[in-house]
Amino acid sequence: MNTQWNILVVDDEEITCESMAAWLREDGYSVDTASSGQEGLEKTRLKEYAIYFIDLKMPKGIDGIETMMEVKKIYADASVVIITAYATVDTAISAMKEGALEYIVKPCNPQEISMLVSRIIKVKNLERENTILRQKLLGQYTFNDIISKNAKMLEIFSLVKEISSLRSTVLIQGESGTGKELIARAIHFSGDRVDKPFIAVSCAALAETLLESELFGHEKGAFTGAVNQKQGKFEIADGGTILLDEIGDISPKLQLDLLRILQEKSFYRVGGSEEIKVDVRVIAATHVDLMEAVKQGKFREDLFYRLNVINIHIPALRDRIEDIPLLTKSFLERISHELGKSVSDISEGALKKLMEHQWPGNVRELENAIERAIVTCKEYVLSENDFQFLNRKEEKSWTIPPMTLKEMEREAIIATLKRTEGNVKEAAFQLGIDRSTLYDKIKYYNIPR
Amino acid sequence: MSRLYILPVNSPEENVLLELEQKLQPIIGWEIRRAASMSIPPSAFNAVRNQYEALHIMREIVDVIQIDATRILAITEEDLSIPMLTFVFGQAQLGGRIALMSLARLRPEFYGMAAKKELCLHRAFKEALHELGHTFGLKHCPKQSCIMAIANTIQQVDEKGIDFCGGCSTLFRDARQQIESLEKESV
Repeated sequence: MNTQWNILVVDDEEITCESMAAWLREDGYSVDTASSGQEGLEKTRLKEYAIYFIDLKMPKGIDGIETMMEVKKIYADASVVIITAYATVDTAISAMKEGALEYIVKPCNPQEISMLVSRIIKVKNLERENTILRQKLLGQYTFNDIISKNAKMLEIFSLVKEISSLRSTVLIQGESGTGKELIARAIHFSGDRVDKPFIAVSCAALAETLLESELFGHEKGAFTGAVNQKQGKFEIADGGTILLDEIGDISPKLQLDLLRILQEKSFYRVGGSEEIKVDVRVIAATHVDLMEAVKQGKFREDLFYRLNVINIHIPALRDRIEDIPLLTKSFLERISHELGKSVSDISEGALKKLMEHQWPGNVRELENAIERAIVTCKEYVLSENDFQFLNRKEEKSWTIPPMTLKEMEREAIIATLKRTEGNVKEAAFQLGIDRSTLYDKIKYYNIPR
Repeated sequence: MSRLYILPVNSPEENVLLELEQKLQPIIGWEIRRAASMSIPPSAFNAVRNQYEALHIMREIVDVIQIDATRILAITEEDLSIPMLTFVFGQAQLGGRIALMSLARLRPEFYGMAAKKELCLHRAFKEALHELGHTFGLKHCPKQSCIMAIANTIQQVDEKGIDFCGGCSTLFRDARQQIESLEKESV
């Protein structure tokens, strides 16, 4: 009937195991047997079984209920049927409380077992179908390891596909943890430079002189400690792509050097006199508002326009909360597997809590929160309690500086308009007021648009 | 040459054996021989349940098995069971050599009804071919009209058909061919 499902029969009586196995095999199941709880667990570690028939009383070693509890630590979804010849209501209740799906008294009517097995398998088939559909759905919303069904993100995915094989520089803007490097990688790995290097450099991590040497390389003896000639990241990335992360943090001198590379496609190593020509696609990323930095004179305007040929702005996680369930399920599956934990799901309450959180650290913070919750979780399903640590952060993030109520209202309107990119209708919806009221307030507070 | 042995266990009714030998031969296509009658060892009897342990009997059959038997169909009048189940109509080694069936629950008398010879023979044929099907590697078939459909009650035995369905028929023919080739190679 179904050859894809495995069944394990655990009973200390060999004849019980073998005869039951033979009977189930005739039905098309792949059946293994174990003569003790210990042997059953050893087999479970090697293979996953859809149904476990476990004898309650096994004189040697661990009994049926203990075996079941250990099995469930390995496979939380295991369907366990407890078998006993010594039926009492107490043991039945105890077995069911500990997670047994059914409790049967042997000998059992063949039709009863047959119906029980097919009922469990029917549910297993539905669960498997559900998992496949979920994965397909996730696949639909996955682009180069980035998961989203948010309209703005989907626009970014199409843009990435369009620009992947161009040479134009790209400026990726977005808050920390929104996945700027992932987008940069997606551009590189979807385009015709895929076989060439992708080099990511964090400009904020290094001091000016070190960064200069890191980007352009140096000649032997160029400075104290330069005992050998060294290739810079631009040379290593030749033919490929370089990601200059946190570009907003680089010094005026480096800004000028970068401008030269972008204009002339050549540079000099530190301490060198030989001009080195490279073909590198530059992608810059930053969490700061570069236009604002230009206005304040902190960033060169000419470099800004050289970098900003194609602009991608990644929305913050709080502005795409519809992605939180997808991202959560994906992180949960991966992290739980990596940590060898049996946490396989998240409660609706916990998911609601995650969707209400502000996520100042964006997707990276969400990933870390899921990992932390899985590490401390003692159950198979993450609950609201597993995310209590978010409450403390939330309280902290809501610390308000001294200001009047009017000032607060003005700030709230400015922030909402910024988030909605000036869309008054959307901003009014988010603020819970009607559009005309918002227009009045914009006028009243003299908010520039 | 492939052979099917009919093995009487604790003297089943001779008429049933003769009828089965006659009806099974054209389907199996092999020579059918009668094995020497065998008695069930007392250790296979479960006094509490008043039944015989099917697997225990099958293990005894392994010891008395005919060397030239390609398949053995053991038939008994005794009521059979396995520890987990209240009864079995029969049991077989999936893809193995031995099948065992009981006539006890195929007889209308078992259910307090009047004896009906034809009905019993009809049921016995279905059960015999079903268990033999398992020894050819066939599993239960989801088609209720197929002889390989599972039957856990006498009503289900009566409801199912007397032939293999198209799929099971192909599987049966292929398995038979494979068994015959293997036998030829070993000779």
